Amino acid sequence: MSYLGLLLTSFSYLALLFGIAYRADLYKARGRSWINNANVYSLSLAVYCTAWTFYGSVGLAAKGGVMFLPIYLGPTLLALLWSGVLRKMIRIAKRYAITSLADFLSVRYGNSTFLGGWVTVIAFVGIIPYISLQIKAIGFGFDLIAQSSGNSADTSSDSTTFFITLALVAFTILFGVRHLDATERHEGMVAAIAFESIVKLLAFVVCGVVVVYGGFGGLGALFKEAVQKPELAQSWSFTSPGVYEDWFFLNLLAMLAILLLPRQFQVAVVENVNEDHVNRASWLFPLYLLVINLFVLPLALAGRLLFPEGNVDADTFVLTLPLLLGNDLLAWFVFIGGFSAATGMIVVETVALSNMLCNSLIMPILIRLPFVNLKEGRGLNSVLLFIRRGSVALVLLASYAYYQLVGSAYSLVSIGLISFLAVAQFAPSIIGGLYWSQGNRNGALMGLGLGFGIWLYTLLFTQAIQAGLFDMSWLTQGPGGLEWLKPTALFGYSGTQPIVQATFWSLTLNLLGYLLGSLLTNPTQLERQQAKLFVDALKLSELNNPFRTWKATATPLQLKRLLERILGPEHTRQALVRYTEMRGKSMPQFLDEELASGDLIQYTEKMLSGSIGSVSARIMVSSVVQEEPIGMEEVMNLLDATQQAIAYGHQLETKSRELEQVTEDLKNANARLQELDGVKDEFISTITHELRTPLTSIRAFSEILHDTPDLPPEKQREFLKIVIKESERLTRLIGQILDFEKLESGKMQWNLEILDVHDIIKDALASIGQLLRDGNISVEARIPEQPLTVEGDRDRLLQVLLNLLSNAAKFCPTQAGRIELSVSAHAEHFEVRVRDNGIGIPEQEREKVFEKFRQLESPQDGKPQGTGLGLSISKTIVEHHGGQIGVAPGSEHGAIFFFTLPIYTEVPTPPFSEEKHDAKDPHR
Amino acid sequence: MRFQRLIGLFLTGAFLLNYPILSIFSQDLQPSIAPILYLFGVWAGLIGVAALLLEGQNSGGEPPREG
Repeated sequence: MSYLGLLLTSFSYLALLFGIAYRADLYKARGRSWINNANVYSLSLAVYCTAWTFYGSVGLAAKGGVMFLPIYLGPTLLALLWSGVLRKMIRIAKRYAITSLADFLSVRYGNSTFLGGWVTVIAFVGIIPYISLQIKAIGFGFDLIAQSSGNSADTSSDSTTFFITLALVAFTILFGVRHLDATERHEGMVAAIAFESIVKLLAFVVCGVVVVYGGFGGLGALFKEAVQKPELAQSWSFTSPGVYEDWFFLNLLAMLAILLLPRQFQVAVVENVNEDHVNRASWLFPLYLLVINLFVLPLALAGRLLFPEGNVDADTFVLTLPLLLGNDLLAWFVFIGGFSAATGMIVVETVALSNMLCNSLIMPILIRLPFVNLKEGRGLNSVLLFIRRGSVALVLLASYAYYQLVGSAYSLVSIGLISFLAVAQFAPSIIGGLYWSQGNRNGALMGLGLGFGIWLYTLLFTQAIQAGLFDMSWLTQGPGGLEWLKPTALFGYSGTQPIVQATFWSLTLNLLGYLLGSLLTNPTQLERQQAKLFVDALKLSELNNPFRTWKATATPLQLKRLLERILGPEHTRQALVRYTEMRGKSMPQFLDEELASGDLIQYTEKMLSGSIGSVSARIMVSSVVQEEPIGMEEVMNLLDATQQAIAYGHQLETKSRELEQVTEDLKNANARLQELDGVKDEFISTITHELRTPLTSIRAFSEILHDTPDLPPEKQREFLKIVIKESERLTRLIGQILDFEKLESGKMQWNLEILDVHDIIKDALASIGQLLRDGNISVEARIPEQPLTVEGDRDRLLQVLLNLLSNAAKFCPTQAGRIELSVSAHAEHFEVRVRDNGIGIPEQEREKVFEKFRQLESPQDGKPQGTGLGLSISKTIVEHHGGQIGVAPGSEHGAIFFFTLPIYTEVPTPPFSEEKHDAKDPHR
Repeated sequence: MRFQRLIGLFLTGAFLLNYPILSIFSQDLQPSIAPILYLFGVWAGLIGVAALLLEGQNSGGEPPREG
């Protein structure tokens, strides 16, 4: 492809990005959003994958085998913790209108202007090389493709990269800093970044597939070929010395970078639309990393195999391989992929850095200058925008300058790692600031100072020496001959490579400085308050988040003027309309108020924070309002109240669950009661009926006897006999009802004695003999000879047996009735069976017959007979004796009732005779 | 609870992807692609489990809580 064509494609691609960003902004203006989507959010996070990933990974893999992986494994691991850590950062940033890392740290550590400025300097110095690295990647992409088409002589990539840098300045200003309020999300920019993430992923994977399958016939074949060459195979098998050390530190660095790189903070925290998107990103972003890395090692191996002389820079394999295979179209696509990886990073990083520069460095200085009168004066709006845009240009041009001066001397990866370590210096202060309320400003300053100092000395200074700016002897013998101060081997520890020892010393001393500084000095009141608000950020409710209380000493009009100076009249009007709508006030009425509420002052400060950073916002507001920091006590109370509310909530939840359970139980009990009530009603009517029948006949016959004295004596006798019989029946009925009542209420008296069952059976047959003879029913008794002793109440057991026998008699056919009574003895109990040849009991009825008031229907007329209590009473009695009663299976042709009783065995020498009952039957 | 599970997963991953577990592969005298398969396998495994945890039934509904 010709140079001109390449240039044209690059700018067309940029134009496409402009188009996407423009459309996204337009969409947003219509109230819809492309970026309010968990997948788009995850894709935008992939701005992590820069030209370093695209070109440098393969370069690193070609030299160091698996060593390219920690840069992606570290972020994968850290992403697992996002749903806790990142969520907290997002919550805090939204609450306090924080738009950059520098702002985050300065707010956390008591609104420290100095700390914010310091962080900005570190980020600026640390990140500029990283941005220049992207420009370098774009540059060599141009060179390589232009060379391949043989027209490199007349064109130079330098001017091209310069123009592309300018185009990126334009894009960044247009979509990154269009307006002043940095809390307003950059829809267009994020949409473009997400799109670029797709492009670079596709380009890289397609390149991998085509090279591996087109050039080698597949992954298997490629690895087989590579394994043949020991020097290649060695590289990925963890055998080189110090490999684990490298591995560990690179993992750590990448882990911190994914959280602390300014561009990651920008897309992950500032541009986040919805906290819940973090959940999806926690696994989708690592998946993106996995996919884009699949072909890194294969491409590196392919490069090493196809360029065995090592005369081609491994960083360029992704481009040179397609060119070698003669696939120009692929090379072009790869170039676009690399271009998008580089531009995405440049844009977001520049927005983040310029925001820091403007809000945490330039503005705080500017508003302190004597000629900038805060209370009065012209609007600062346009000045501010100019500064913001100027910062963008400054960042990009500084990066371009670095690329021209130094950049070309180092590989992509080594520059990238230097930047990683620079931002890793924020780790103790940020992570400590989120989880350790003791951490204070002095600690943060000390840690950052030490860490950054060592970074400068061990990495940047080394580079400067190597570039010939200082005497080489510093590197070989140490400064002034002091070996232990050698920048490449501080305190005698050289590590496996410079970055490893630099990481070790800078992070260790940074952490120590942070801890000691925090523990040895006392924080101010404001710091302590902010610390609490940050550490407990997730516990605080959205409603009560006191940022700071202001003494109400300003009028709404004054605040409005303040806002107008920064935001401009139009944005101020919009902001105030939003505020009044939220509080249900009308605009004129609100402006007439004499004193602005603390609430409005806070809102003003928040609006200003989003535009000029928290530090400057505070200074601006304090120019018209007196500050009154909220007391520690108030913060503590607030926290307590919130926590108490949570605790009450939990208690309420438990209580209501218990209540539900109780209600359910009560419902069941009520249903049961109603059922019983119905049964009882029925029972009473039956009982009344049963009692009335004998009474009626007694009365009728007595009246006959009374009214007709001349009745023949045999008739008289007959009638009197009926009267007596009916009275007996009545007595029996009443006795049963009384028994039942006693059993139910537990008032029954039990006269326990040692009995022989033979006697009971004999008595029972004797007393029921007349009834059986009357009904013409034969009885067959099969009873073993052996004594069957039992401990029990004679009368009650007799009652049970009589009940079963009379029931049997009742259901026998009138002429050919037959009852079998049998007893069988077992090891510990014996069983009494009563069998009749009546209609039997259907299976489903067998349990129910023992229920209270359940009446068996008589075979003759289908009417219930008896009280429905006999069997229920029997069951209670038998169970009281430790036995069981039931209807035996096979009762279809005649019912078989049985009951068991435990055989009485004399307890050998009972030590406590009075406890005998309890020992025998624990249920009693 | 879910965040605690994720911390567990993080620790597991950090353990599986570090010395001394990785030194198993330096014992091989014959060069093979086992270490690469292992690394990518663990990587994919971590992503899979994280996806299960985060996209499970109560994702989103649970109020965010610390620790």
